[in-house]
Amino acid sequence: MTKTLAQHPDLADRFNRDENRVDWHDQTLWWVRQKRDRAAHTLETDWEALRQAASDIKDNVLANLADYLEQFERAAQANGAIVHWATDAAEHNRIVLGLLQSVGATRMIKSKSMLTEECDLNDFLAQNGIEVIDTDLGERIIQLAEEGPSHIVMPCIHKKKEEISDLFHEHLGTEAGNADPQYLTEAARGHLRDKFLTRKAALTGVNFAIAETGEFVVCTNEGNADMGAHLADIHIACMGMEKIIPQRAHLGVFLRLLARSATGQPITTYSSHFRRPAAGKALHIVIVDNGRSRQLGREEFRNSLKCIRCGACMNTCPVYRRSGGHSYHNAVGGPIGAILAPNLDMHQFADLPYASTLCGSCSNVCPVKINIHEQLYLWRQELTRSGHATQGKKAAMGLAAWVLSNPRIYRLAGKMGRWAMRNLPFSINNRFNPWYKQRELPAPPKASFREWYLKNRVK
Amino acid sequence: MSSRAEILAAVRKNQPSSPAPLPDTQKFWHEVDDVYAQFNIILSGIGGKVLEIKNWEAGQEYLKEHFNGRIVSTLEGFEPLPESDPHALADVELCVLQAQFAVAENGAIWITNSALRQRAAAFIPQHLAVLLKKSDIVPTMHHAYARIGSADYDFGVFIAGPSKTADIEQSLVLGAHGPRTMTVLVLNE
Ligand code: SF4
Repeated sequence: MTKTLAQHPDLADRFNRDENRVDWHDQTLWWVRQKRDRAAHTLETDWEALRQAASDIKDNVLANLADYLEQFERAAQANGAIVHWATDAAEHNRIVLGLLQSVGATRMIKSKSMLTEECDLNDFLAQNGIEVIDTDLGERIIQLAEEGPSHIVMPCIHKKKEEISDLFHEHLGTEAGNADPQYLTEAARGHLRDKFLTRKAALTGVNFAIAETGEFVVCTNEGNADMGAHLADIHIACMGMEKIIPQRAHLGVFLRLLARSATGQPITTYSSHFRRPAAGKALHIVIVDNGRSRQLGREEFRNSLKCIRCGACMNTCPVYRRSGGHSYHNAVGGPIGAILAPNLDMHQFADLPYASTLCGSCSNVCPVKINIHEQLYLWRQELTRSGHATQGKKAAMGLAAWVLSNPRIYRLAGKMGRWAMRNLPFSINNRFNPWYKQRELPAPPKASFREWYLKNRVK
Repeated sequence: MSSRAEILAAVRKNQPSSPAPLPDTQKFWHEVDDVYAQFNIILSGIGGKVLEIKNWEAGQEYLKEHFNGRIVSTLEGFEPLPESDPHALADVELCVLQAQFAVAENGAIWITNSALRQRAAAFIPQHLAVLLKKSDIVPTMHHAYARIGSADYDFGVFIAGPSKTADIEQSLVLGAHGPRTMTVLVLNE
């Protein structure tokens, strides 16, 4: 994916040129958020307790991460896997390339891995003569479109089916103008099945790595990680080092939360536990730091490492839903991306913590209880202290300009603000809001003047 | 310094020293009155098919009647699932396996390499059928991992319904890369 130096408000503005698409994007993600709510409610009071348990387990992981990593490595090696360590993206990419070259592979299939997006692995491998085929349907679509993912769970959520139909017509030879999802999925199934059957090297991500047993779990709905890994001779699994959990039994907590939070499913179709390589095959695990140990040392921001990449914070975020994932100009967008990215590069991503209304909805849905909106505010302070604020401030002004120049966004923001003042006064009236220090907030009106006018003029 | 040593040193230096005890998950152990009914509702809701059978002969009959083409299985009555190269399964229409147990809360069945014989067997066929004993359904994922315990498998997988995707405008399509249908034959014994 190509990183740009453009700023969130400019990119959001670009996304907002197509009003119908923005409405559709907004509603689609909100619909996923509602599915998440229904799924959470089926667990009744357990839901909140599960979130707390998941958060506690991840706290334990962060406090003992070095020991757990060593324990995981020992167990994985005893299982017959080969473990590699990469301090940064470049080293990760070199390791993967080296592994492919060592078996003479020039073609690889890959299931979804946000880590490899973060490391720009595909571009690096392409430059080194390796063909990579992404096998998650959404990822394959954006790969054909030469774009990056706009969402960590639904990578091509920004694309309309007509655009996908055009892409498939061009690349896979489907009928022109046929945009039926069933038809297009069937075409992709045939196209990718051929790749699964002919590729000797497969790369997957890792959702959870278990220190106790040295196994790791990969969750998919499509079955693409398994199709790739089981048909290839070499399976390379790449993981950020925060993917560790202590015990196998803890999967009970995380697998109950992950899919319900992500899409509202009770569990993903496949939760595959890879422990030992199959007979005659090789299993490699690449453990990647790439800034994570630094984030671990930032007391205020280390909680961001608890993320299980469910995407719920994006689906609920009023800014994400109306500005699109690409406006965050980072592999991971949305609220969580906005607190992870500045750790990678404070200068490049100084605008992202400003791409938020601080409404707190992200923190409310996060299955591991990351204080996302508080960290967004703390990043603004940190960026000011460290002299990176100019860009961020400009972005904030840009965001304000964007809101003010878009009547529809302005109305939405007003609605949200009035709602927040009525229902969550503490979210505005708190120590994080310097403006509030010397002021009392007036009671918010029930309706804006515009809403009042529209309602009353007909009478 | 090796990357490994460098990473571990940085983590040791930066990880918080505050104690962070692991939570007790016993409180999530609720029993369910009718685990079969819940399993049936949930799996049907996510695109699976659940069917009660009297005995395995009845199950075989049902499958032979409803599926044409190459059927392989680890169970008796069908072509034995070959242990050789997984690519040889590319033309399999239906694979029939035996689940170790199932989970009521999410409709998933659990199966490990010993019952799979061949890891690709659960993924590459056009359709999947699974034999499950009615007494082998547990209420939640906590019960599931207690049942798995420290089992020594090479590969294990929870499978909940047919392979699916909603990547095109969030329209649900069954049969992404793996099986297009999943039938669970529940044996009441
Ligand atoms: S921050 Fe929380 S809500 Fe957002 S993706 Fe990560 S786990 Fe999910």
